[in-house]
Amino acid sequence: MTDASGLYQLNNLSKRYTRGKETVAIFDQLDMTISQGDFIAIMGPSGSGKTTLLNLLGGIDKPSSGEVVFEGQRIDNLGQGKLAKWRAKNAGFIFQFYNLMPTLTAAQNVELPLLLTSLSGKARKERVKTALDIVGMVDRAGHRPGQLSGGQQQRVAIARAIVADPKVLLADEPTGDLDRTTADEILQTLQLLNKELGKTIIMVTHDPEAASYAARELHLNKGRFEERGKA
Amino acid sequence: MNDATLIRKNLFRKRLRAVLLIVSILIAFLIFGVLGALQNAFSMGSGTAAQERLVTVNRINFTVALPYAYWGRIQQVEGVRNAAPASWFGGYYQEPQNFVQSFAVDPETYLEAYPTEIVLPPEDRAAFLEGRTCALVGRALANQYGWSTGDRIPLMSNIWQNTDGSQTWELDICGVFDDTEGTYPTNYLMLHYEYFNESLAFGRDSFHWITINTADPALNDQVSQEIDALFANSSAETSTTTEAAFNEAFMEQFGNIGLILTWVIGAAFATILMIVGTTMVMAVNERTREIAVLKTLGFTAPRIFRMVLWESLLLSFLGGLIGLGLATLAATAASSALAGFLPAFGLSATNIVTALVLMAALGLVTGLLPAYKAMQVRISEALGKI
Repeated sequence: MTDASGLYQLNNLSKRYTRGKETVAIFDQLDMTISQGDFIAIMGPSGSGKTTLLNLLGGIDKPSSGEVVFEGQRIDNLGQGKLAKWRAKNAGFIFQFYNLMPTLTAAQNVELPLLLTSLSGKARKERVKTALDIVGMVDRAGHRPGQLSGGQQQRVAIARAIVADPKVLLADEPTGDLDRTTADEILQTLQLLNKELGKTIIMVTHDPEAASYAARELHLNKGRFEERGKA
Repeated sequence: MNDATLIRKNLFRKRLRAVLLIVSILIAFLIFGVLGALQNAFSMGSGTAAQERLVTVNRINFTVALPYAYWGRIQQVEGVRNAAPASWFGGYYQEPQNFVQSFAVDPETYLEAYPTEIVLPPEDRAAFLEGRTCALVGRALANQYGWSTGDRIPLMSNIWQNTDGSQTWELDICGVFDDTEGTYPTNYLMLHYEYFNESLAFGRDSFHWITINTADPALNDQVSQEIDALFANSSAETSTTTEAAFNEAFMEQFGNIGLILTWVIGAAFATILMIVGTTMVMAVNERTREIAVLKTLGFTAPRIFRMVLWESLLLSFLGGLIGLGLATLAATAASSALAGFLPAFGLSATNIVTALVLMAALGLVTGLLPAYKAMQVRISEALGKI
């Protein structure tokens, strides 16, 4: 079942919730392969399980059954401590509402994931500068989130997601809170990260225009994937 | 940046709240420090009492005098090595508020009763023993009023009246005494009992207490019982106890200082515990989303637990150390003003160690619940969606 060439392999993945006496299946026996360097947009109606799937891929949630395999290693059966370390090493997260720490500057927010590494202070500063440079926010390094626009905050959040050089970026509606122009800028940045730095990106979105920046579009509906070709 | 930066930033994210919390903890430790200093002052007597010293007072209480003749009879009791009578003079210098703790004593026996606690040059000792109007002054008292050997001072009493109609006794300072270990008070003055007694307009030929040195501490019980039996059924029955017990009883007249302090400090800390504990829980609840983000980034639950706990400890130590520092300053400032009454007014090493333990305990107790709650935050629930 495991595809050695795939970054992710989902095998018979099911997720169910219990509401009172009723069991609700979000999806059932999903199989999917995500290769290194993919840029996938996951679309689907509300409640179709897009975010749940992203949580499973990010090691934040656990499946009811089935396997989540990352680089040949199952992550669905790891304990919380090991999952935290796995996330720190392999996954970068981009949130709809940025989720920056309001008390920290942009540079300090970007530095957060590096606190989990053994890098020296000097090396961390260099990495932070590089990450901010990639998203065009070096000149705002000393600003707090409250002093930045939504688009700028999302750029800082992207810098935070890439600073530890993770293999995969998981983005949940990254442009959902932004105007069209700013959203396009953010999506172009993600596209750049995918094409130039080879980052695997899995993006949940309900916006077809946002999805058009991805290389693959997967539509999740009634617990099943439907892959749609790109124009 | 490191975890300490995050802890500090989180603590001061709402500056007014943090400052108010620190001030409330500060006040608790200020109270702890000042009351601790007060307790030290009140408990000094029992701490400096010698094992072989007994004190005989009137059974009614020590303010009721004993007849002069008791002194001679007590000296005859087997096991008594030395008996030193003394009367409370109730002195002040120039103004009634300038209180001077002063006793009229029999010079020879009194100095013998306190061989290591009253230390002075031999020539001063000889001068005091010979000079009828001589007074010996403790170092702390001499420093308080700027007195030195050779000065002549008028000492007034708020109890006694002189035969000349005044309440003043002219005294020559013949020496300033210290104590060998710096633990015995030097905040008092001694004058000759004979000089005092012969010029009394009333209340002559009586003492307030007699300090007794026994030949052996093992004889204390026997000597006490014999002395009290000697004056049983007389008009002035006696009560003989160890000096430590006498000093404690003396302090008890002000109330049970230890119990009062325990209740006051306990109430202050219980209040602070609830205020800080509740606020810490609220502060962590407000940050649930941020904690979830940290966990998403890879911060482990134990690390988050430690960060919240350190935040609580930092808060406790910040407020506690400032409060303790202010208490030390207040005690230092007040000690010179109170030297006449409370010579040992100040914080001890035990007070400081206890305060540090309390700070740690306060930080841990108020931090454990919010730290546990932070550790238990579930990312998917806290963020709703990533």
